[in-house]
Amino acid sequence: MIKFTLNGTEVSVEKGTTLLEAANFYGIEIPTLCYDEGLTPYGACRLCLVEIGEPGRSRLVSSCTYRVREGMIVRTHSERVVKSRKMLIELYLATCPSSKVIQDLASNYHVTSVRFRPKNEDCILCGLCVRMCDEQMQAKAISFINRGGRRLVSTPFERKSEDCRLCGACMYICPTCQARCQGPQEESTICNACLNLSPPCLEHFDDVMCYMDPCVACELDTKRKPKE
Amino acid sequence: MKKINSPAELEKLRESILESMDKDKPCISICTGTGCSASGALEVASAFEALIKERGIEANIDTKLTGCHGFCEQGPLIVLKPRNILYCRVQPEDVGEIVDKTLLKEEILERLLYVNPVTGERIALEEEVPFYNKQLRLTFGNNGQLEPTKIEDYLALGGYASLRKALEEMTPQEVLEEVKASGLRGRGGAGFPTGRKWESCFNAPGYPKYLICNADEGDPGCFQDRSILEGNPHSVIEGMIIGAYVVNSPEGYVYVRREYPLAIKNLSIAIDQAKEYGLLGENILGSNFSFDIKINRGGGAFVCGESSASIASIEGKVGEPRDKHTHATEKGLWNKPTILNNVKTWANIPLIIEKGARWFSSIGTENSKGTMIFSLTGKVNNTGLVEVPMGITLKELVYDLGGGVPDGKKLKAVQTGGPSGGCIPERLLDLPVDYEKLTEAGSMMGSGGMIVMDEDTCMVDVAKYFLLFTQDESCGCCFSCREGITRMLEIMEDVSRGESSLEQLDLLGELAQVVKDSTMCGLGQSCPNPVLSTIRYFEDEYRAHIMDKECPAGVCRDLITFTINEELCNGCGVCLKKCPAEAIQGEKKEPHAIIQEKCTSCGICLEVCKYDAVNKK
Ligand SMILES: Cc1cc2nc3c(=O)[nH]c(=O)nc-3n(C[C@H](O)[C@H](O)[C@H](O)COP(=O)(O)O)c2cc1C
Ligand code: FES
Repeated sequence: MIKFTLNGTEVSVEKGTTLLEAANFYGIEIPTLCYDEGLTPYGACRLCLVEIGEPGRSRLVSSCTYRVREGMIVRTHSERVVKSRKMLIELYLATCPSSKVIQDLASNYHVTSVRFRPKNEDCILCGLCVRMCDEQMQAKAISFINRGGRRLVSTPFERKSEDCRLCGACMYICPTCQARCQGPQEESTICNACLNLSPPCLEHFDDVMCYMDPCVACELDTKRKPKE
Repeated sequence: MKKINSPAELEKLRESILESMDKDKPCISICTGTGCSASGALEVASAFEALIKERGIEANIDTKLTGCHGFCEQGPLIVLKPRNILYCRVQPEDVGEIVDKTLLKEEILERLLYVNPVTGERIALEEEVPFYNKQLRLTFGNNGQLEPTKIEDYLALGGYASLRKALEEMTPQEVLEEVKASGLRGRGGAGFPTGRKWESCFNAPGYPKYLICNADEGDPGCFQDRSILEGNPHSVIEGMIIGAYVVNSPEGYVYVRREYPLAIKNLSIAIDQAKEYGLLGENILGSNFSFDIKINRGGGAFVCGESSASIASIEGKVGEPRDKHTHATEKGLWNKPTILNNVKTWANIPLIIEKGARWFSSIGTENSKGTMIFSLTGKVNNTGLVEVPMGITLKELVYDLGGGVPDGKKLKAVQTGGPSGGCIPERLLDLPVDYEKLTEAGSMMGSGGMIVMDEDTCMVDVAKYFLLFTQDESCGCCFSCREGITRMLEIMEDVSRGESSLEQLDLLGELAQVVKDSTMCGLGQSCPNPVLSTIRYFEDEYRAHIMDKECPAGVCRDLITFTINEELCNGCGVCLKKCPAEAIQGEKKEPHAIIQEKCTSCGICLEVCKYDAVNKK
């Protein structure tokens, strides 16, 4: 077991555990967009940043890729972390406002204004689909092409690929196209409507798709189980 | 060529090479580095060869085709030895006169001498040219003395003596201690202490261990690494063999961009020659230590110079940085312990072993030892590669070596560290150049880029230019780098169009800081430097763009207007013809006028007008 300090508390985890896994294990929620338990960590969305090291000599690292080391000091919600995370969420929101996942993140982190020009992109290049296709579906039908601002997910030579079995796993895992938000109207990138809604399943749980995460209703009433 | 089987045989060979050489024999040393070759050095070389043959004086005169001397701007360069007379911008037509007058009659040709741009005086001897005599050319100096394709030249200058010393007199541990004590830090950018890097690899379990020489050199305008590989490849090879001896590595790679054909060629020749002599390959110098070097050609992406990306590229994967929370010295190439160092770092190793750590650490500042090669460019009289001791001030670099700013213009800033370095303003010119001082000033050492900027430079435009470079060269994996740069550029473009606000300027600073803090690799962590440093030192210039809708340096096209002064214009029609936007109208011999709606502010009319009738505001 490896001992380290997590947000001021001495904790221990098994060797090889990442900081993100350790934090989740101890009930600390760290936002992610490119992480999935079943896939190799990628470290690209940068939301899972945490601060490591002694104050004054600390730095930010992505917790999904960083493995716990003996005696290290980790802060998951320090001022520096939250400042960066909020800026990144603001950037995500400006880039891809139609994603329900991103709108929820913004609500959680109280990002209430967007100072960048709205773009309406579909893809945030989190690479979940690429890894899903490769590691879980064993198809390797899609990958990244180009670099920098021109980077995209595509099939080889951007042609229809026979390796693609149309299984739909890429769409299933996508944080921006799977859960489209009906939300923000053109002039504003921020929806925040969810914040004002009363939890939908309190009255009629059975009829409504539940998007709430964490779901207030389920937390209030332990007899209910969220709909699969 | 006979294989050398022991240290003693190496020294014997060296003696015999030295005996066969005549130090007083006139020698024409012609720079055939990439710069001089581009300006015609190869034609000059063949003209000399033909003439010498024609005259039948081969026995009296030697010619040497050397690598880059660093002063490419004045090329093709030749140096006539033994007197060391330097001729600049030599053309094939000059060859006859040089042989007849200078070589045979010892007469100096004034017109080919270097002219000091400050004093106007002509200087005959290489060592008297300020560009050279203020330098301390430890790793770069031999470039002018040897023919890179002849290992004998390198041996004559004491080459491979450090290797012999290491193998014969020192244990790997002792070599390591020497490198550690020297205080040498990586010359590739980050400035990590080389000895500590080696020690970490030395202690790491695992076999085989690998060495990598990073010659990706992606910084625009930098060609130090190329010049060393082209001009003195054996110094890098010798450094790598010594490194291999320390960690007992059987194999090393030189990762070099494909755009460097001459470097690749000279390096391959050097590797072959070293192998034939038994200095590289199996049982080096008859010992039981073996080491081989392979060349790996990269595609030349800037990001492939980043250590984890170059390792991925050598492994045949996409050249993208990985999240390297374990050091390459523990898990590097093919997950084996690996030492990755820059070309210049490797080239320093033989010097340290030969002259000792104490000597090396006596040069430079407290935490930055030895010398650094800078690529001095921009608005400065003498441009080129200069090797200077760490701790030299920017002022000395720009004025003593560089000869100051041309055309009597005022110096504004010096940009150091390549595309992700920062701009240091004129008032900090006394800053001693070392790793810490440059970082404190918001810039960095990088791999030695140094661009001098004068009063005609717009700092907003400069920062925008570098962001465009990093935007293009970022791998695009990290969201914060990819989107962060794009959004910084968006704001910068608004600023340069005069369409921004002070809130946006604050946002720019905030965003730049977050990108610096939150990105995975060095590219993203350093790319905001041009923005942050220009905001730090030249905020008034940003404000002028935003508040007054004015570009003080007159660069940003959307904020300048061109007009024609009717009193000075005589209607010659030159500007009308040259204007690419067809934005100028007027009858012949009548004053012309600019149609502002069509004008793209390219400034061609201003350049072509002989009567100073075009105004820029
Ligand atoms: C974007 C980027 C580009 C780089 N390019 C180069 C390069 O062209 N050559 C180089 O030697 N180091 C380059 N580096 C630095 C390397 O990552 C690494 O620190 C260095 O090669 C280590 O060698 P050193 O310790 O001898 O400096 C680059 C780093 C980054 C982040
Ligand atoms: S989850 Fe770690 S960077 Fe995306």
